[in-house]
Amino acid sequence: MNASADVLRLSGIRKSYNVGTPVEAEILHGIDLRITRGEFTALIGPSGSGKSTLLNIIGLLEAPTSGEVDIAGHRVSHHDDDTLTRLRSQTLGFVFQFHHLLPAFSALENVLMPQIIAGHRVTAALQREALALLDAVGLGGAEHKKPAELSGGMQQRVAIARALSIRPALVLADEPTGNLDTKTAADIFTLLRAFNRDFGTSFLIVTHDPRLAATCDRRVTLADGQIVSDERTAPM
Amino acid sequence: MMRFELQIALRFLREGRAQSALIVGGVMVGVAVVVFISALVAGLQSNTIRRTLGAQAHIVAKPIEPMARVQIDAGDAGIARVQTAPRKVRSIDNWQQVMAAFEAVPGVVAASPMASGPAIALRGEGRNAVTLFGVDLARYDRIVDLRDKLTSGTLRLEPGDVLVGAELARDLGADVGERITLTDGTANSTGERFQIVGMIDPGNRDLSRRSVYLPLHVAQNFLGVPGGVTSIDLRVRDVFAADAVAARVARVAPLTVESWMLTNNQLLSALNAQSMATGMIRVFVSIVVMLGIASVLVVAVVQKTREIGILRAMGASRGQMLRVFLLQGGLVGLLGSVLGALLSAVLIFGFSHFVHGADGNPLFPITLTLPLLGYACITATLCGMLAAIAPARRAARLDPARAMRA
Repeated sequence: MNASADVLRLSGIRKSYNVGTPVEAEILHGIDLRITRGEFTALIGPSGSGKSTLLNIIGLLEAPTSGEVDIAGHRVSHHDDDTLTRLRSQTLGFVFQFHHLLPAFSALENVLMPQIIAGHRVTAALQREALALLDAVGLGGAEHKKPAELSGGMQQRVAIARALSIRPALVLADEPTGNLDTKTAADIFTLLRAFNRDFGTSFLIVTHDPRLAATCDRRVTLADGQIVSDERTAPM
Repeated sequence: MMRFELQIALRFLREGRAQSALIVGGVMVGVAVVVFISALVAGLQSNTIRRTLGAQAHIVAKPIEPMARVQIDAGDAGIARVQTAPRKVRSIDNWQQVMAAFEAVPGVVAASPMASGPAIALRGEGRNAVTLFGVDLARYDRIVDLRDKLTSGTLRLEPGDVLVGAELARDLGADVGERITLTDGTANSTGERFQIVGMIDPGNRDLSRRSVYLPLHVAQNFLGVPGGVTSIDLRVRDVFAADAVAARVARVAPLTVESWMLTNNQLLSALNAQSMATGMIRVFVSIVVMLGIASVLVVAVVQKTREIGILRAMGASRGQMLRVFLLQGGLVGLLGSVLGALLSAVLIFGFSHFVHGADGNPLFPITLTLPLLGYACITATLCGMLAAIAPARRAARLDPARAMRA
């Protein structure tokens, strides 16, 4: 990690689809963005403004057409897929709107999955850690349930526990409360806040909910593929 | 370490239970068919070879047939008549030395002199054209296991004794201990009387109907070749190398040397055709099984697109996803082939116990060998992985962001 303690730095990010065809369309028109360690940021904007595309680029799931991405001090352009995959598994946590849990695995196995993918033996210590995370998201005792046996809010909690299990520098959340009721949504936000406070993990959260966005330290607004406003409420 | 890949592969297979069961069932049936047919054909072939070779020498050396004579008929210009020399019993010169030389040829394990020729067997009203086999029983027993083929009586050949084919005895209505007359078939021959001391079943009906074994020197006198032999029979160590050994034997003496492979050309080509048919069945069943595995895995990749996207987002590499699906193919092949091996054992048990020939005995022995089972399991597992290559590459190439939206 470099001295600036930036977990994310984007400069001049452009993204076009169908490059070289008559239907070529540029979705992102040169995004510059920096997120420092411990920041709790909301990414807001109308649908179609390019939020999800930007999140995928930051999550190393898509490559930008041009521009530079630095994650935790690593310049990621020109890396091969395996290097990107490794960097992703070591520094980034994902929470998606539709939970994206593996239906064949229990809550506990889902939380342990990033470690299993990394080839780690599931030791008693790792298991204790995962159980503690599930406990922290309020799912103590539900560790052996399959996703289908859990409510939407509970599934999202499992996804959060999973995202945090690798102690990521940055958690990317794509409308994590999108399909949850207001009360549950508020609880999930509170939970994310608690992890932000306790572990110093940075969060970048795409949300449509203005009230939840208002609770964040920083709000970045995207419209038509450009950042149109960037405001902070809490002193860093 | 493939712990992750194995864990995911197993879980994916368990999740698509009906699909997995169907394709494992397909592999099972395919492997069972291949193993059963292979064992059946192997049993049939070794039985056929055993029966064929049981009654004949692996290699027979005979005097060279004299050249055909071409006669030009002067009266009818241009028309030639080809006439082979009249058949008569010919003997091998210096056969004792020749036989000793044959025994020294590598690959030859036994040699036996034989004086054979045609005769007529008579008893009461019955008359049969027969072939006399004059043998030195001690030596001949090492060429053809007569003891094994003796159906009644005793195996001995004193002067005046004959061993006859069981069918011949039935045709003549003669039993052990009874007498038959042998003549050379010429009008002024009164023939000689012999006592049947045993009956032989050479495993071939035609041979059984015309075989008469008698002591070598008796046959020599009867056939008019005192002290001579008409052929030397050899036994070789490896029956399928008989051709090569025959070629070496032919260099020792100026004789016509024929191996069983030459005289049973048709049988050999039938066996080869059988092996080829089995091979084709193997190949086509493998192809069908592979297509089945591949189609199921293609569907599985589509069904699991989202999960693949999630795993990739959580740090699974392309290589890991590739191996997850290759392993699924391999596991399906392995599990299916183990079950198929069990099924083939059941089929073979059923065949040996419930399918009988006309005589009420099992047709021929079939055995399931461990190498065959191992071969089947390894091939099925490899075929499964081979079939999984295309689907696995597809899974590995999936773009994680797009896959998760699926």
